[in-house]
Amino acid sequence: MKDFFTKKKKYATVPSTKARQDVPEGIVRKCPKCKKIMYVKELSKHLFVCQSCGYHYPIGAHDRAEMLFDQDSYVEFDEKMVSLNPLRFPNYMNKLESDRKKTGLNEAVWTGKGTIEGFEAAVAIMDKGFRMGSMGSVVGEKITRLIEYADKNGIPVIIFSASGGARMQEGVLSLMQMAKTSGALKTFSENGGLYISIMTHPTTGGVSASFASLGDYNFAEPGALIGFAGRRIIEQTIGEELPDDFQTAEFLLKHGQLDQVIPRSELRTVLGQVLSIHVGGGAEEWDRN
Amino acid sequence: MGPELDFEKPILELQEKISELKKFMDEKGIDLSDELNHLQERLADLEKDTYGSMTPWERVRVARKLNRPTTLDYIPLLFTDFIECHGDRLYGDDPAIVAGIAKFHGRPVTVIGEQRGRDTKENIMRNFGSPHPEGYRKALRLMKQADKFHRPIITFIDTKGAFPGKAAEERGQSEAIARNLFEMSGLSVPVICVVIGEGASGGALAIGVGNHILMLENAWYSVISPEGAAALLWKDAGKAEEAAKTMKITGSDLKKLGIIDKLIPEVLGGAHHDPKKQAEFIDQALIESFEELSQLTADQVRNQRLAKYRAIGNYETVQENQTNQLIFSYSSDRQ
Ligand SMILES: [Zn+2]
Repeated sequence: MKDFFTKKKKYATVPSTKARQDVPEGIVRKCPKCKKIMYVKELSKHLFVCQSCGYHYPIGAHDRAEMLFDQDSYVEFDEKMVSLNPLRFPNYMNKLESDRKKTGLNEAVWTGKGTIEGFEAAVAIMDKGFRMGSMGSVVGEKITRLIEYADKNGIPVIIFSASGGARMQEGVLSLMQMAKTSGALKTFSENGGLYISIMTHPTTGGVSASFASLGDYNFAEPGALIGFAGRRIIEQTIGEELPDDFQTAEFLLKHGQLDQVIPRSELRTVLGQVLSIHVGGGAEEWDRN
Repeated sequence: MGPELDFEKPILELQEKISELKKFMDEKGIDLSDELNHLQERLADLEKDTYGSMTPWERVRVARKLNRPTTLDYIPLLFTDFIECHGDRLYGDDPAIVAGIAKFHGRPVTVIGEQRGRDTKENIMRNFGSPHPEGYRKALRLMKQADKFHRPIITFIDTKGAFPGKAAEERGQSEAIARNLFEMSGLSVPVICVVIGEGASGGALAIGVGNHILMLENAWYSVISPEGAAALLWKDAGKAEEAAKTMKITGSDLKKLGIIDKLIPEVLGGAHHDPKKQAEFIDQALIESFEELSQLTADQVRNQRLAKYRAIGNYETVQENQTNQLIFSYSSDRQ
């Protein structure tokens, strides 16, 4: 606590960018939108949503799993899978190792199964804290295995995307994970499987151009950045400034790319409703009559 | 021949020397054929050395030559009865993707290819070969039609990537690319993809989910252009030459990585030196692929394609001690 107060004081007197970053992350967080400082404990009670402006803080996969599933209902899959550095990219293995330590995840996606409002589901949650949530061999493989598991067991798939796109260090192999995951979804879909995609901040590049856009229902969190190409590259290419809301969840909703933008506080309820409508493939109740 | 590249300069100089000597012999009526033969031998050796040992970056630059044959150059050399089909029936027609029906050695096929311009004017019209969502959706419309009529599909990949533009985002280019990957995975007809020039990112893959992926010797294919990779990895687009090497983007690299099925040789110096001869090499490779794929039933065609992509990845599961080692020559450097 002592540390917190000294740091806070420092911030109050020196409002530079650097000082702002010095706000101790572990105890308080400063809202990037309305600048309000809040206790992390308080924030976590509200699912990491700013209570004064509604800003949705990006959250890690473990926090997401904890707030999504019914209590103690979930297990993790493939938590030991690691990349083998196919291109022998310099320093790549060290970077993976340090992100493993930082996030407590083996890769940029957590996969597993559990129940949500009592309904069983296979769930993937990407974490932008691990190599910007980029997709390489392991992310592609874990998601593909999850879809295959759901297919075999007749349960829905829910994927929370959060990704800067393809993993550069695995080159063309990263690109091919887009085809691999989309192929798995095609088979799953033809077998009647339900897939719900939830795009969170940010969902871009090769992830937005593969499984993230292929949901039977495409949802997003408020304010999430969603798009294929980067904003700066587009501005450079077309030589004009883009509107502030460009590539936000709300922008995509307006342009017909999303079913709904769902606040984090309502997500479990909405998921429960969608899952309940699809019990037994969804048509069971009608077939019986 | 178009503008020569720096590494080709010695060849050009020698060619000039030879033509000067010929002119001199003609004008003066002096026989210097020994000297001429000697120079021509030297030229042949030099060409063989230069073009036989091109670096990845040199290949990238050859792949970008304005006079390199494009989809529309190959179509009349490979097919008969080509009828172009326009439009996605949703928004518009994208000139960066050409699609239609044709006959290949008398048999019906659907042909789809990315199309850059062959001069500045055409490049502007075709958006330098970078498609918009309506291009991918036109391609998909034609692929589903091919599936309906049991026609094999041939695609030509030649793009710097999807277009980073405002309209492309508004019209959902992520969804358009994703939808193509999804639907191509389910096609029951053989799909053969040929990377003829540049192949970058989702823009290439969106017409690139095939049973066989073939690639010309000087073509490149990657998750991003060498310039883009250098900018993202090292914050310096000027390191493109290094990225071209590190990212493993050439046909021979991709063959070793198990991503492509066949490397199609190019005529000496590159496809632009003899498009007709180059089309013969492509024709031969397509015939071989069709012979192989025509042995399969519709289900097998679909499953072969799914299994091909399902196997791509380089990882291990520590716990189970399982390794998916698709890579043939690049061993890992686990630390
Ligand atoms: Zn706020």
